[in-house]
Amino acid sequence: MTDDSLKPEDLRLPANVVARHAVVDAEQWLACAQRLHDQGAGLLTLWGTDDRDRDGAFRVFAALLLPDQVMVLEHALAGGNTVYPALGHLFPVADRLQRALYDLLGLRADAGDGRPWLRHGGWPENIFPLRRDVGATQSYAIHAKPYPFVPVSGDGVHEIAVGPVHAGTIEPGHFRFSVVGEKVLRLEERLGYAHKGIAKRFDRLPLQEGHRLAARICGDSTVAFSWAYCAALEAITETELPRRAAALRALALERERIANHLGDLGGLGNDAGLAFGLVQFSSLKEQLVRLNQDAFGQRYLFDYLLPGGVVIDLGARMIRSMLDEVAMLGQAVSTLRAIFDDHAGMQDRFRDAGLLSPELARAHGAIGLVGRASGVARDARIDLPWPPYDVLQPGRVLRSEGDVAARVQVRFDEIMDSLRLCRSLLQTLPEGPSLVPVPVAPPDRLGLGLIEGWRGPVLIALGTAPDNRVRHCHAHDSSWQNWPLIEYAMIGNIVPDFPLINKSFNLAYSGHDG
Amino acid sequence: MFTILARIRRTGILSEPLPTSEVRDAPLEKLQRDLQSVFGRALRIRHVDAGSCNGCELEIHALSNPYYNLEGSGIAFVASPRHADVLLVTGPVSVNMEEALKRTYEAMPDPKWVLAVGDCSTCTGVFGVNYATRGRVADVIPVDAVINGCPPTPLALLRGLLQITGHAQPKVSPGAVQADS
Repeated sequence: MTDDSLKPEDLRLPANVVARHAVVDAEQWLACAQRLHDQGAGLLTLWGTDDRDRDGAFRVFAALLLPDQVMVLEHALAGGNTVYPALGHLFPVADRLQRALYDLLGLRADAGDGRPWLRHGGWPENIFPLRRDVGATQSYAIHAKPYPFVPVSGDGVHEIAVGPVHAGTIEPGHFRFSVVGEKVLRLEERLGYAHKGIAKRFDRLPLQEGHRLAARICGDSTVAFSWAYCAALEAITETELPRRAAALRALALERERIANHLGDLGGLGNDAGLAFGLVQFSSLKEQLVRLNQDAFGQRYLFDYLLPGGVVIDLGARMIRSMLDEVAMLGQAVSTLRAIFDDHAGMQDRFRDAGLLSPELARAHGAIGLVGRASGVARDARIDLPWPPYDVLQPGRVLRSEGDVAARVQVRFDEIMDSLRLCRSLLQTLPEGPSLVPVPVAPPDRLGLGLIEGWRGPVLIALGTAPDNRVRHCHAHDSSWQNWPLIEYAMIGNIVPDFPLINKSFNLAYSGHDG
Repeated sequence: MFTILARIRRTGILSEPLPTSEVRDAPLEKLQRDLQSVFGRALRIRHVDAGSCNGCELEIHALSNPYYNLEGSGIAFVASPRHADVLLVTGPVSVNMEEALKRTYEAMPDPKWVLAVGDCSTCTGVFGVNYATRGRVADVIPVDAVINGCPPTPLALLRGLLQITGHAQPKVSPGAVQADS
């Protein structure tokens, strides 16, 4: 493959966004990654497939996010080879992705951290569960070994171990702080506790049912993930989604964004000592999910999307209720924003806490909300718009301070913009069906669904098998990119500020662990 | 300060009866009264996410909002299992959380109850059993009651808390940790 072969149109990959595909050898894998890196691409995700049943090869895939498209590199490892060139020197996020890929499929990057990431001893180290010769329901006894955290030594340095069970109602993860006094010298994360083998579960699932599993990859981003799955399947089957269905999905996605931002703003208020904020924002969120219940039959929209459209259309009465709610929320959030902004004690906690500088954010490939609070102007709804965002025109929210305060402001700005989008969607809801049939998918196709969820972009890479079944399905949450950045943002902060800083990122555990 | 007070005044008290469409047998106040009659004001809950998708957590969080006002009824979440009467477990018990779940259970003082919350924890949900999940919570630690739903509504969670008091006896010191049913 040469430079030119990256250009032809026939490399187009079925997707809801502009996506291209190149089959490369090991040398080209590195060269392409380098060139795309130099063009401003970030690595979105890595995954692998076991195709030994077909042609004796394993395959490793890299999805790179360019400013206006997704580029997928595919590299076949033939002849029993299980080693591929590492990408960690170009994209820091590759390191953990490579560790996960080894744990699940036994494909090893030729450089980088060799410690396990998702495997905590729950399956033997010579068993690679995503391989096709491992049974779908096979399970193993636990043989856990101590995890070698990076030690920090020096006068008065000690470690604080937190998790996986935390003091509050949050997801499981482990944080190892090396501290002097209460000042954090180093934070090291250990994740994977919520790993549920979702990729294995997808294997052989009927394509028409996969959206239900996709919706449960990360419960707070259920619309984003189920849309990504449906978008991939619809692209593969060349299903044209009716404009009304697309508008209703966007309404659901923006409501998911608003609900999560409301919840986070309440939590951030509380973590900074203003319980008033929690009471107010959690009440607003409750009102929003109750209207979801009335309109969509669910408080959280786990099964609202399905391939071909949505399950429930919206009647005139619900449209009016939602428009009223948009007005109410706009007013309430503006009032609360003024209170947050004017509250000296709160701003004192927010400002300069958990600083992620724009330079660091760019160098480490920060994306999504966290990126937008540190000067990284990426939003897939704007950069790679898919219907209905091609006509909706979301506003670009951007801050460059990179502290907790900036992440709070991004949330406020995004709520106001999402409310505007909801109003626009409700006022101009296209006529037509909200659900169309999806034909049987051709086998051996790869399709992508990329959706900008409330945290950032989520990706589903879906491969099809005969009989309308899933051959493989890889899900990616933007938390992979942003988790390592908390380790940087914590340096020099005090331990008691960790809950506040962590909340300001509010990254996914389940969405990351898979 | 004035704007905060004005907003509080304008918001008023939201902790009031839930929509009756969600609850046919008893309004929220009765649930809360019943909970109090059994536990007084002392029920303490410890939550463990044993591999949930985070959906159940969103609804457990909702219990603390002013509408459900769980703390107002004397029930509170605590930071340590050593302070807890009830263990609320979500998720299809990932193998990576199995040990932590068992240790949390063992750390609780008697009498103690375990409430499995959400379809994953009660019947493995969409995830099933595989190399990474053990499935039902009852296959890992003894379970006293379950609350189904994906995710269960806050009201279903409140009802579940009542069920464990009305129908289940507390277990005392199970020597070995094994399946309940």
